[in-house]
Parts: sequence; C-alpha cells; structure tokens
Amino acid sequence: MDEVVIRLRDVHKRFGTNEVLRGLSFDVKRGKTLAIMGPSGTGKSVALRHIIGLLKPDSGSVEVEGREVTKLSKKELSSLRKRMGFLFQEGALINWLSVGDNIALPLRENTDMKESEIMERVQKRLELVRIPDSAKKMPSEISGGMKKRVGLARALITDPEIVLYDEPNAGLDPEISRSINELIRDVQRELHVTSIVVEHRIPCIRTVADEVLFLEEGRALVQVPPDEFFSSTLPRLVQFLGPDPVARANALDQ
Amino acid sequence: MSFLRPILSFAGGLGFQLELLGAVLIRVGSIPKRWTLISEQVFQSAVQTVHVVLLVGIFMGMIVALQTGIELARIGQQDQIGTIVAVSMAREMGPFITATILAATAGSSMAAEIGTMSVSDELSALEVLSIDRIKLLILPRIVALAIAAPLLTILCDTIGIIGGGFVASSQLNVSWQLYFDSATEALTDQAALIALPKDVYGGLVKAFVFGLLISIIGCSAGLNARGGALGVGRATRQAVRDSIIAIIISNYFMTWLMYQA
Repeated sequence: MDEVVIRLRDVHKRFGTNEVLRGLSFDVKRGKTLAIMGPSGTGKSVALRHIIGLLKPDSGSVEVEGREVTKLSKKELSSLRKRMGFLFQEGALINWLSVGDNIALPLRENTDMKESEIMERVQKRLELVRIPDSAKKMPSEISGGMKKRVGLARALITDPEIVLYDEPNAGLDPEISRSINELIRDVQRELHVTSIVVEHRIPCIRTVADEVLFLEEGRALVQVPPDEFFSSTLPRLVQFLGPDPVARANALDQ
Repeated sequence: MSFLRPILSFAGGLGFQLELLGAVLIRVGSIPKRWTLISEQVFQSAVQTVHVVLLVGIFMGMIVALQTGIELARIGQQDQIGTIVAVSMAREMGPFITATILAATAGSSMAAEIGTMSVSDELSALEVLSIDRIKLLILPRIVALAIAAPLLTILCDTIGIIGGGFVASSQLNVSWQLYFDSATEALTDQAALIALPKDVYGGLVKAFVFGLLISIIGCSAGLNARGGALGVGRATRQAVRDSIIAIIISNYFMTWLMYQA
C-alpha cells in the first residue's frame, strides 16, 4: 500500500511576473489522503490543476500513476483523467443541465452504457452524497453545499481511483462543512480512493487527512501526519495556526 | 490609430476561429446524436428572434419602397417599385438585416453563455471529465445558426416585400396587383443548381455563411473569455462587433462572386 501514486518534483509555475510555485515537491501514496494547507496565494489550487493536467509547469515534473502528465498526448491525458475525479471550489455544474444530467454527463458522453444503467448509477451516487431526491432539480435551485455534493457525485460517477478536492468547504457554514467532511471520509472508506484535499479548515483536515502538507511561498514546508502537524513547534506553523496552545487544542477538538 | 483596434482585434482572432471551424467540421458525423441540443439552439436563436425579424423586415421593406418610390414617381416609373423592393430584399436587405439581428441576439448570447461557463470553471470541468466541449457546446450552436439564418431570411424577405407593397399601394398609388406582379417577375430567374429564384438562392447562401460566421465568432469569443463578469462583457461586445465586421466584409465578396465574377 506504500506505492506512490502522485509525485511532484521541483515544480515551478509563473503567471506573468508572479511566481506561484517555486520548486514544489511532494508524494501521495495509494489509498491515502493528503491535505494541502497554507496561506492564500501560495499555489494550493494551482498544484491540483497541474496534477489533472489543466496547467502545465514551467519546469519540474508531475507524475500520476508513474506517468509524466506533461508528456501525455491528448488521448492519453483524457484516458488518465477518466480515472480521476475533481471537485471544483464552486462545484462547476453545467447550469443548463439538471442535477441528474450533470452527474450522468460523463457516462452519456464517454461510454455506451444504456440509459437505464446510467440512471441507476446516478441514483446510487446521489444516495452516496446524501441527496437522493435531487436528480430533477436545476443547479440554480440548489444551495452551495448541495452544489458541492452534486459536483462530488459527478466526480465519482466514473469510479475514479484518485479524487482531488479544491477547497470543498469554502463558503459553507460549519454544519454543512462538517457533513461535507464526513462525506469525503465516507468516500475514502467506501471507494478506497487516493485523495488530495486543498483546505484551510482544521476540522476538515482532522477528519479526512492521513498527512498534511504545508505550502509556503510555493514550496512544501512540511509533510507530516495531522497530529504531528498540529503539535508542531515550527515557528511558521505556530504563527499560522495561532500562538496560543489552548486555542490550538480547542481547534483540534472542533 | 485607435480606430484600427477593432479591425486588428478582428484579424487577430481569425486563427482561432479557423481552428474552431476545422474542429467542428471534423465532428459533423456526430450531428445526428446532437439533434436535441441542435433543435434547442434553433429554438433559442430562431424562434425567439422571429418577432424582431418580422418587425424590422416589414419596416425595411417599407423604407426601401418609400425611398425608391418617391424618386421613381418623379419619372413616372413607380410601377417598378415591386421589382426594386423584391430584388433588394432577396439579394441584400433580407440576409443582411437578419444577420445583424442574429449577431446582436444569438451571437452575443453564445458569447455570454460560453464565456460564463469559461469564467466559472464549467469548461475546465468538462475538460477534466474528458468531455468533448466542441461536440457538446460548439457544434450544436453552429449547426443551429446555419439552419436558422436562412429560415429567418426567407421570413424577412417575405415580410419586407409585403411591407413594400403596403407603402406602394397606400402612399404611391401603385395597385397591390401591379406591385406583386413586378415583384414576382423580378424573382423569376431560376438558380442553376436549385429550384429557387436566383436572387433568393443567392440571399440564402449569404444567410448560411452569415450564420456560420456569427456562431463561430460568438463561440470563440466565449471560449476565450477570462476574468469574471468583466471578461464575459468584453467577450459579448467583441462577438457582436466582430460579427458585424465579418458580415459586411464577407457580404461584399459574396456579392462580387455571385453577380460580378
């Protein structure tokens, strides 16, 4: 189970004059969940977009399942992406399609499955994300939290082996946020996927992560298990998480 | 030199638009599978624009009849009004007016819809899901407008000729019978390849090309939209401006090919 599935080595990425990634390196092992944490603008979402091939690094390597993503042809990249799921910050649902049609879209477009099989699978995924009666609703009729659930159901419809979550709790209240965290954990347990979660919130990281990567100025500062991360005495981590150990302990208990 | 900016911007987008057209052409085989999406787009671009085309078309026919009729009446040739209105509407006014309306309605709406998808990560989501966005989003819109533009042009031609007849009979003392006889006589030359009057056929070819141009320009502006609501607004404005430039330039060359070359 210690096989490395995702490996970034010395990845650099610049947007105009802004160098976002400055030699980012990390590994994610099969079946594990890595949470990426760090101040805004340090390149957390940018790193995720490199892994799924939406961005290409200026230099460095991005390997998924032992294959260099930047060197894949369009067809090979498409085939790799079919084994991956991506949850966008706002869900990125197609506005003119219903919830059910959004989730069914990858199967309708990329497979020869019968409509009855597709709808059965859509229903199973809706049940997994705990919104079983929402297939007919339009994205404009559902809340932000539900959009994320639908986005997750769509990301999981092809049974991916890797799932990438870009700030799954952004803009959600603590209650819905807690249910999304439980959902991510259930998905890990039931589908045994390898995941990366870009997240700011400590409760989410405590619930879902096997390891935490702290990103600072486009580089990995530490990559350690959550307990070690939250009890770290590294000055930068203490500064980021809060100097008061009691407050940190409370945060751990949330 | 700022007055050249729209033209330079128009020329700068040509490469991407040609690439998009090529990408659509190699996917034409998937049209039957996309028929539902295409018919929805035909409804959005054509059916929801019919009333505008009818209104503008009838007044355009009335204006042409009035402008030419007054001059013709001075030399006692007002019985030729039907000919002039019919030929102007079929060759030029019908396709041009319809295309301009479609650029402002369907073209801008394509740029805004696809642009919004672009800035809200929906296009990235399609890419991540390995879904061919050309087949799903672009092909139905282009095919729909290539169908809708000629259909609306026929409507515009017809209503324009009727509008001209109304002015001819009510203001220029030309009987309906005489007006329509001269209008239909003007459109009797058959086209070589199809059982349609040559001028009507030429106008429909123009309309087809305009439909292609408007949709390609609208879709490419949307696909290239960046930077939130501001970017969507910029893409929409660019789509309408570039479509009108493309309609006028291509109109000249098509007219030259059809009637001069």
